[in-house]
Amino acid sequence: MSGLELGHDSARSMRGRVVRVVFAVCAAVSILTTAAILLTLLADAVEFFSAVSPIEFFTGTRWTPTNEPVSFGVLPLVTGTLVITFGSALIALPIGLLTAIYLSEYASGRARSILKPALEVLAGVPTVIYGYLALVYITPAIDALVPVSTFNALSASIVVGIMIIPMVSSISEDAMSAVPDDLRQASYGLGATKFTVSTSVVVPAALSGIVSSFILALSRAIGETMAVTIAAGQTPRLVDLTDPAGVFLESVQTMTAAMVQLGASDVTGQSIAYKSLFAVGLTLFAITFVMNLLSELVASRYREVYR
Amino acid sequence: MAADTGDDHSFGRISRSKDVAFEYLTLAATLVGIVALGILFVYVTRDAVGWLDWQFLTSPPHPDPYEAGFYPALVGSIFLMIVIALVTFPLGVGAAVYLEEYAGDGPVERFVRINIANLAGVPSVVYGLLGLGLFVTLLDIGYGTLLVAGFTVSLLVLPIVIISAREAIRAVPDSRRQASYGMGATKWQTIRNVVLPEALPGIMTGTILALGRAIGETAPLIMIGAPTTVFGVPNSLFSKISAMPMQIYTWASYPDTAFQYGVVAAASVTLLVVLLSINSAAILVRNRYQ
Amino acid sequence: MVREPTSGGGRGVSRRGFLAVAGAGATAGLSGCLGSNPIAAVGGDPREVAIAGSSTVFPVAEAIAAAFDEERSDVTVSISQTGSGGGFSNFFCPGMTDLNNASREISEGEIEQCGDNGITPIEFTVATDALTVVVNPEADWIDCLTVDELREIWRADGAQRWSDVREEWPDEEFEFYGADTTSGTFDYFVEAVIGEDANHRSNYYATERDRTIVQGVQGNRHAIGYFGFSFYSENPDSIKAVAIDAGDGCVSPSLETAMNGEYTPLARPLFTYAAQQSLAEPEVRDFVRFFIERAATDIVSEVGYVPITEEVRDENLQRLEEAVAEVTG
Repeated sequence: MSGLELGHDSARSMRGRVVRVVFAVCAAVSILTTAAILLTLLADAVEFFSAVSPIEFFTGTRWTPTNEPVSFGVLPLVTGTLVITFGSALIALPIGLLTAIYLSEYASGRARSILKPALEVLAGVPTVIYGYLALVYITPAIDALVPVSTFNALSASIVVGIMIIPMVSSISEDAMSAVPDDLRQASYGLGATKFTVSTSVVVPAALSGIVSSFILALSRAIGETMAVTIAAGQTPRLVDLTDPAGVFLESVQTMTAAMVQLGASDVTGQSIAYKSLFAVGLTLFAITFVMNLLSELVASRYREVYR
Repeated sequence: MAADTGDDHSFGRISRSKDVAFEYLTLAATLVGIVALGILFVYVTRDAVGWLDWQFLTSPPHPDPYEAGFYPALVGSIFLMIVIALVTFPLGVGAAVYLEEYAGDGPVERFVRINIANLAGVPSVVYGLLGLGLFVTLLDIGYGTLLVAGFTVSLLVLPIVIISAREAIRAVPDSRRQASYGMGATKWQTIRNVVLPEALPGIMTGTILALGRAIGETAPLIMIGAPTTVFGVPNSLFSKISAMPMQIYTWASYPDTAFQYGVVAAASVTLLVVLLSINSAAILVRNRYQ
Repeated sequence: MVREPTSGGGRGVSRRGFLAVAGAGATAGLSGCLGSNPIAAVGGDPREVAIAGSSTVFPVAEAIAAAFDEERSDVTVSISQTGSGGGFSNFFCPGMTDLNNASREISEGEIEQCGDNGITPIEFTVATDALTVVVNPEADWIDCLTVDELREIWRADGAQRWSDVREEWPDEEFEFYGADTTSGTFDYFVEAVIGEDANHRSNYYATERDRTIVQGVQGNRHAIGYFGFSFYSENPDSIKAVAIDAGDGCVSPSLETAMNGEYTPLARPLFTYAAQQSLAEPEVRDFVRFFIERAATDIVSEVGYVPITEEVRDENLQRLEEAVAEVTG
């Protein structure tokens, strides 16, 4: 009897252990994914860097991987990416922050329940459609005001800006909602208006959450691919800072767009040009990874403060 | 801005009108993106009129815009969704159960959690390189096939599924678990009979929303060599597939304005309608079980 | 998140027959409500023709594949735009595609790579890509341009007035009508004329609608434009084509000079390469035969290229049948 009991028990604990292992394996898939991404990128990037020195890659100012004379300077792509990121940030950061203030401080429960899903739609529209909308509707509209080239950084920045608004607003709003009501009540008690409370109490108190949302949104803009590929074009161009307006009216090529172009281009699988795809990919991965991590670190600060 | 509100004069009319102005400013900011997108949708829908018809939905692609159709891309996307659902649902739920029910708060578990959050932020084009390097080159299971596309996009949306499944599991009250244990249930029995059924609507909602993200992904498909044009629908996991966003990308580069303003508009509206149906399904599931 | 893992619990209701994997299996089953799995059920013989390669050849391949699909809906044709070289080295030579489109001839290295994998490429010419430079019919001062002059006219910061090119020409500003930067025509013009050291000018009317270029050039005595040859061949009277001198004298664009290679550098043949081994598959054979036959018809000119002549078509067909005979024994 006791032997049977024991067998039953050990079978149960055995099963419990197996179940645990199966679930752990599922969780491990995420680690494996990260490892696989790193290995895939590194394997080819290392080959690339054995042919092209990292100094030439990171400081070079010409990106002509397939045209003679071949040059693998990634700076035009990096600056192209920065132009789009900067442009979209100009749109998304203030709008997203103000949106978060409205949702957290002013909006009624009903308004919130309608506006929040509506805002989520902005992030849910496929980016290829954003690119198309920019190319076919926004660019001609801009062109009617200021002459721009068919592919330009401005209309790409506008759509990227729109699509990252929810990223800023939802995370910032979470942070603002986490600000204890005591703080607000104390200010009201001093006779402060809602404006004062919002800008001088809530925003500073939620600052780390807001900053975290900004970083995350910028990271998303850096990694955005299809909208910029379609709308901003394929002109790897070192940004001319002496002409900031002109920068936005002309075509630029981002790192992501260069990757799409190389991925579907006339380069052979063993060539250095093809390997450069992975070097750019690794650079992009590293930048976004660090930014995501930074965002996570900043965010964890506000969680600690108000826990 | 904040400086003048600190002094006494600000407690008056000016301050109150400023207050009202600020409220409208924030409201305007909230609406500007929504309105802008709404206007663009009106334009694209208007342009789709006359193009989006039964012939368009049931025909293969064609260089003549009046004969071009979306059928292989539409069916390809749906098959892709099924593969992605079959891959991500069990994996995502499994990982979430592990992280919520088994894992402690040690450094390894914390690392796994941060890693998942980070993976959710990796650009989709990088996942495309992963698919290219892992499935196409290393494992050599073909390029641009349903299987490779499904796996690649699955890895991309898996973090989103895990994160939403974790939230759903976390929302199950601890008292339910304690009651189950009190009845003598094992951990696995508790998870299977109490936690998962309770969390299921939330998990389903999250998974369906992740599928909505997946259906719009283009860059990974380009990187794994998905065909720009396919005539016919997939009949095995190793069939080359087209997908709606891929076809839109291809058509958007056609020089003919009938493509730019007609066919692509029709395709975009179709994709948006499918996306809307997916999201409505998610909302339905959520409301039904709430 | 920091919930204590309540391990152990008590013992009690024990259900048997649940393998560990059933956990994952059951959850997988739940997703069945998203639709049953139609993929696993359908097996059988996938009749596919996989094509990759040049995006320049893509419009021709797409047009012909669309026509093929109408006749043979049992065969699924897929076309990827990978570029000529990417298509060869990444897909065709490793044996993943049946056909590779190319805007140039296969290189020695590529033939070698294919050979290492037991793939024998068979070349078929499927179209000619030609550009025509056009001016107003009343522009009687011009009949011929050298490639250098053409570059001077079309490069960024280049000539602004006709007299900048040749002094005896009118002291009037150009009006430029060219291909949109999205187009293959643009890429080809840049490659053939502008070269690497300069950029295509950006202050011009960029359009992909050939009709717009014709109207623009017709409307201004000092206009100049370029577009695909096929449209000019249909409208030879409304505008004037300029002969091109690439160093061997002036050559006027015509079907003949485009095909025999005299009209350089603005004409080039386009190819598709079939893997001989793939020709063992009846559907690939049928498609290639269809491709070659249709490449000599209006299908090709409708997408803006010059069709192959019937002679070229017959040579292609002969080469195809020989290759087929070898693989089918």
